Order: sequence, then C-alpha cells, then structure tokens
Amino acid sequence: MALEIIELCTNCWACQPLCPSQAIFEAKPHFLIDANKCTECAGDFEDPQCATICPIEGAILNEDGEPLNPPGSLTGIPTQKLAA
Amino acid sequence: MQLPVINNEVSEANSGGCSAGSCGSTDDQMNHLPEHIRQKVFNHPCYSEEAHHYFARMHVAVAPACNIQCNYCNRKYDCANESRPGVVSELHHPVQAVKKVLAVAATIPQMTVLGIAGPGDPLANPERTFETFRMLSEQAPDIKLCVSTNGLSLPEQVEELSKYNIDHVTITINCVDPDVGAQIYPWIFWKNKRIKGREAAEILIAQQQKGLEMLVAKGILVKVNSVMIPGVNDKHLEEVSKIVKAKGAFLHNVMPLISEAEHGTFYGLTGQRGPTNEELQALQDACEGDMNMMRHCRQCRADAVGLLGEDRGAEFTMDKVEEMEINYPEAMKMRAEVHAAINEELESKRLAKESKVQLVSIQGVQKKEVTRPVLMAVATKGGGVINEHFGHASEFLIYEASSEGVRFIGHRKTTPYCEGGDTCGDGESALDKTLRVLAGCEAVLCSKVGYEPWGPLEAAGIQPNGEHAMEAIEDAILKVYEEMRVGGRLEVKAVVQQKVA
Ligand code: SF4
Ligand code: SF4
Ligand code: SF4
Repeated sequence: MALEIIELCTNCWACQPLCPSQAIFEAKPHFLIDANKCTECAGDFEDPQCATICPIEGAILNEDGEPLNPPGSLTGIPTQKLAA
Repeated sequence: MQLPVINNEVSEANSGGCSAGSCGSTDDQMNHLPEHIRQKVFNHPCYSEEAHHYFARMHVAVAPACNIQCNYCNRKYDCANESRPGVVSELHHPVQAVKKVLAVAATIPQMTVLGIAGPGDPLANPERTFETFRMLSEQAPDIKLCVSTNGLSLPEQVEELSKYNIDHVTITINCVDPDVGAQIYPWIFWKNKRIKGREAAEILIAQQQKGLEMLVAKGILVKVNSVMIPGVNDKHLEEVSKIVKAKGAFLHNVMPLISEAEHGTFYGLTGQRGPTNEELQALQDACEGDMNMMRHCRQCRADAVGLLGEDRGAEFTMDKVEEMEINYPEAMKMRAEVHAAINEELESKRLAKESKVQLVSIQGVQKKEVTRPVLMAVATKGGGVINEHFGHASEFLIYEASSEGVRFIGHRKTTPYCEGGDTCGDGESALDKTLRVLAGCEAVLCSKVGYEPWGPLEAAGIQPNGEHAMEAIEDAILKVYEEMRVGGRLEVKAVVQQKVA
C-alpha cells in the first residue's frame, strides 16, 4: 500500500508537510515517497493528503500505476487541448 | 503558480519589474488618505507615485506551495497573482533569502520593502514565510515586510503576521459572489480535502473577507488586487471594489488577465481573452470613486530587485551573495542617512506641488470653461519629465487632460518601435502594435519622433509632439491641451471632424 511520485512533479513542496507518515522527502530531480512508510493515509485521513493537494495532474500514482488526479481532473482543461 | 499580472496589454515588454520612470506623479493619491495611512505609505515604492522614483522593493521566492488553483495560473510556473506569465523563480531557503536581502539592502540603500510573493502562496507555506520574516525583523529592522496571498489561510495567520514588521498585506480578491468564483477557481485544499466548484469559491471568499476584516482591525494595511477577466468578473469587480474599500482596504488595484495558450492555463487553452486597454481603463475609472486606485503598479515580477522597473537581479545571484561580507549594522547607518536625504527631497517636492495645485485651482475658477477630456500618451525614462524617444519607448504613460486638470490614467506597454539608432528599417510591425496600444490617445509627447512613424501616427488621429522635450510631464500636457483648446479642437464637434479625417 503506497503511492508514488513520478517525474511530472514540479517540486512545489505542497505535499511534503502534510504527510502523516513522513513518507515524502525532497530528492533530485523530484520529490519521492518512501514506499515502506506510506500508508496511503489510512487511519489518519479519508483522502491521501499528498494527492489531495498536489496541483499537477498525473504526478502521483497508486499501486496499479494509475494517476490519482488524471488529466483534466484538476484544471478542467479538456484533454484534447492538453495534448496539443 | 503564475500568470497574468502586468499592466495593460500583454507582457512582451522586456523590463524586469515595473520599469522605473514610467509612473507619473499626478494628483497625489496619498492626499486622499487619512494622515496615519499616508505616513505609512509615504516612502513605499509600490504605493506612492512619488516614492516610486526614489525607493525600491524586492521580492524573494521562499514559498513554493499553493493551496488553491486559479484558472489563469499554470502551477508549473510562479504564482500568477504576483508574477508575470511563464516565470520560474529560483527558490530560496529562508536563510539564503535573508542573506540575499541583507546584501541587496547594504548595496542599494533605497531598498526599503521586502516582499514574499511566491512562487506559490506565502501563507500556504507559513513556516518558510515566517522564518524569513522573523530573521529579517531581528536583523534588519529598517526593512518593511509585505506579503501577498490568495487569502485562503489568511484568518489563521493574522495573529502571527502581526508579530513582525509587516506594513501591508496584499490579497488577491477576484469576486465576492461564489457563482463568479466557481468560474475562476476550480478547487481549493481545505481541511484535508480537495473541495471543488461553488462550494470551494464560497469558502475562499469567506476566508478572504474575514482575513481582510481581521487585518484592518489589527491596523495592518491591506491592498486588494483583482484580475479582470472579461465575461467572468468584469462587471462584478465594481461591487468588489466598493466592498473591499468599505471594509478598509486602502488600495484596490485592477489588473488585466493575461492568457496566452502557451502559458498552458485553463483560460489560455480555452480561449478566454484578457481585457483591452480601453476595457481595463473603463473599469479602473468605474472603480476609482474616491481615488484609491493604484495605477502606477506594473505588477512587479516576484523576484525583481531594484527600483521598480530597474532589475538588478543579476548582481545578486546566490553564488555572488554567498561571497559577500555584509556588516548590516554599519549598512543601516548609511541607509538611514540616504533615507533622510530622500525624504527631505520628497517633502520639499510635495510642498512645491501643494502650492502649485492651489494656484492651478484658482486659475481654474477664473476660467471655468468646460472642455472635453483628451487622452495623451507620454514617453519618459523617469524623473517626471518627457525624455524618451518615441521609437525607444517600451511603454507609454497615459494621461487625461480636461478642464479639471491632468490625471494619470495608467501605463501601456509596447515593443519599442526601433531598438537602437535613430533610423531603423524593420520597425513595421512594432509600429502597428504601438498604434494599437495608443488607441484613444490624441497626442503622443516624446523627446523626439522620427520621420517614419509621423505619418501613420497622424493618420491614426494621434498627433506626434516632440516640442516639449525635458519639460515636466503635466506642464507639457497642459500646454498641449491649451493649444488644442485655442485651436478649437476641444469642442464636441471637433471629435467628429477628427474621426472623419
Ligand atoms: S498517501 Fe498519505 S502517507 Fe502516503 S505519501 Fe501521501 S500523504 Fe504520505
Ligand atoms: S504536491 Fe505534487 S508537484 Fe508538489 S511536490 Fe508534491 S508531488 Fe510534487
Ligand atoms: S494563488 Fe496559487 S493558483 Fe492562484 S495564481 Fe497564485 S500560485 Fe497560482
């Protein structure tokens, strides 16, 4: 049970202080989640905090590699325009 | 985190921060404020049109996170409420930021204001922001601090803010109606949840208004910025202006939406346009009311260093700063002397102006002939005089002359018609742009106008005028206006003729 931050991350620091498990750490070229520590916030919060504040669509994935915030879900930008 | 905020017209104009020298010093807006506020803003480069020429502010980027999304912001860049589209600032740790501020303040004694404005929302990064403020309040008590915010977490931070040397807070308020807000803010992060739509806007608006009230109650100056989004909040901003002023905001600054597809924002990609110069000006006029409008603000780029507009950032990169030895207590003495000298000069200028204003109004009573208002553009490098070539101007100051006097309206940016020598070949498209930017003006005053642009300017109904080089802007405008009056061009009929011509 762990989430993963991928290269779309813009290093905005928003997620790091919110993590109840101190699983998120600054790294190069982008922030990372320590899979051993991440609890997906179970028992602490209803929603995984990192993915709840992250402004970048697709930057955080679940264990199946699916984005918690898929394209268009945060900005409302129609996906065909995003691709362009 | 970054997008629209410049002045009129889009942003290609080079200058780093607000360019110095582009602010006119017309009717001193400070005169309309209560004395205690006037004192507070007297040497504030962002508020006082006079001080703007003498004092400087800088920003440091210590606050990367944000807790909301604005439709004019692409979060890959800096906060669009405070910075220019597409800018990415070098992020500083608070310790580095403080070192940089001390280095700049010791080198540029005119630097009196330090702002934290991103790259995200400073109050969404309370630890980093307050650590910076805490250190600066201790080490450099002669520097005023300011902070800008979207307002979401403001009420919870007012107490902490009031502990530091904070002289003003800027809140970006784009609406007071959640239905309008729902078209501007897709989501907020609130109490560990991501809230979307109308409910998000409702919470954000409530927090902004509460924060505004709490700051005013604490005696902290509040400036409100609004981004004008045609078709979304343009009509609504007049109401916003009334409300925030009634609650005690001392300035309301309307800035145009800047939305280019390449900025990758919701508005940019969905074709939401920004306002034209005329639309922006009309709204600023409508909001003006009791004069608490800040027209000389050019949306400083968040990391700009120097006098507004003069960007000396390259002298203070982090590696250069690390090598500097700074004895701040010594520097503070030197700074105090420089400040005293500048204040003396400002004060004598102000007194001179007051007596002039009295004179003008006495003359005005004698004449009392009502003539139509005329917009004029001025090319200046600063100092309150006409001292820039038409072809070198990257922005024009717009003034309105009328039987009431001369009033500063705003800045309009352009691409200099010719970069370089007095003659230039390939200035064509830049001239077209300048003509568009000057739409509505009937004269353009500059130190020199080349032969080439002369014809097109006249054809567009804009009289080029190079006769008042090195003269004080307002005096020159009054002279030109008087010439127009004598020439019979200020009667309403004349407008019609001119349009035909
Ligand atoms: S899901 Fe929760 S525990 Fe896991 S990294 Fe994100 S914030 Fe931390
Ligand atoms: S919130 Fe998202 S973009 Fe920001 S640091 Fe965390 S993962 Fe990266
Ligand atoms: S408040 Fe946040 S979303 Fe809005 S412009 Fe600033 S950084 Fe961007």
